[in-house]
Amino acid sequence: MVELYGQKLSSRLLLGTALYPSPAIMAEAVKASGAEIVTVSLRRETSGGKSGGQFWSLVQSLGVRVLPNTAGCHSVNEAVTTARMAREVFGTDWIKLEVIGNHDTLQPDVFGLVEAARILVAEGFEVFPYTTDDLVVAERLLEAGCRVLMPWCAPIGSARGPQNPDALRSLRGHFPDVPLIVDAGIGRPSHAATVMELGYDAVLLNTAVAKACDPVAMAAAFGKAVEAGREAYCAGLLESRDMAVPSTPVIGMAAFS
Amino acid sequence: MKLIVNGQSHEVAAETLAALLAELDFQGGWLATALNGDVVPARERDRCQLTEGDRIEILSPMKGG
Repeated sequence: MVELYGQKLSSRLLLGTALYPSPAIMAEAVKASGAEIVTVSLRRETSGGKSGGQFWSLVQSLGVRVLPNTAGCHSVNEAVTTARMAREVFGTDWIKLEVIGNHDTLQPDVFGLVEAARILVAEGFEVFPYTTDDLVVAERLLEAGCRVLMPWCAPIGSARGPQNPDALRSLRGHFPDVPLIVDAGIGRPSHAATVMELGYDAVLLNTAVAKACDPVAMAAAFGKAVEAGREAYCAGLLESRDMAVPSTPVIGMAAFS
Repeated sequence: MKLIVNGQSHEVAAETLAALLAELDFQGGWLATALNGDVVPARERDRCQLTEGDRIEILSPMKGG
């Protein structure tokens, strides 16, 4: 079980709801993944509220918790206002806080992120900050009142997997009691398993499932990889060694010459 | 009066935010609204008076990552 802001969850996979071939496939993928939390967003309504209403009904029918995001916000003010509107619509204090700092890399503006987190925590929000793997930024976010951290492992949608495992390891080591979720950059189930083996509490991904040839099958694959990685971490992994070490006993070998 | 709704110019008769939603045929409890950058909760839309040139945002749930 993992606990996020007092909410106990069996699944350690959080899934995004964007980029699927159809809403029906998205719904099937969520079920196949076992995810108990999905991310959603807010956008301008163009058809009298009907398209948003249909999407929201579908998400509600899945019986999962929603984590609204502030995706696409490039300023503190935009992110804070979007968070307030998301709370109104989705009826949750949870917010996946994104303050984007660069159009090309979609990396977080960590200065704006800390500032926005401070404002939202003061208003009673439970903030899930999308951040880099920088240790000092993580400390500032915790000082601001965040009780979960969501470092990237590679740029959003890049599918490159853990680019700096040492930094991820360092965060895990420094904050043993803070739930850490890798958000962004996961491309393959093996990437998810890798960060779970580092002791991360959960993984949040979207594109790797939604853009697979078979998103439903890939969702199931990620569900298994996250579980496998977690079980491996808990079981205690063998440290890598410089030299070969035989596994078959060397005592009792026959002598043929 | 002329208002900017979701980035587009509209000529409307509505004088409150609630009336504006009705006039533009926006329905549903899942809509979020903001007036000139400030959130207006659903319960305050009746009392939210509009003036010429106001910028209104009407948002609704959307897929997201």
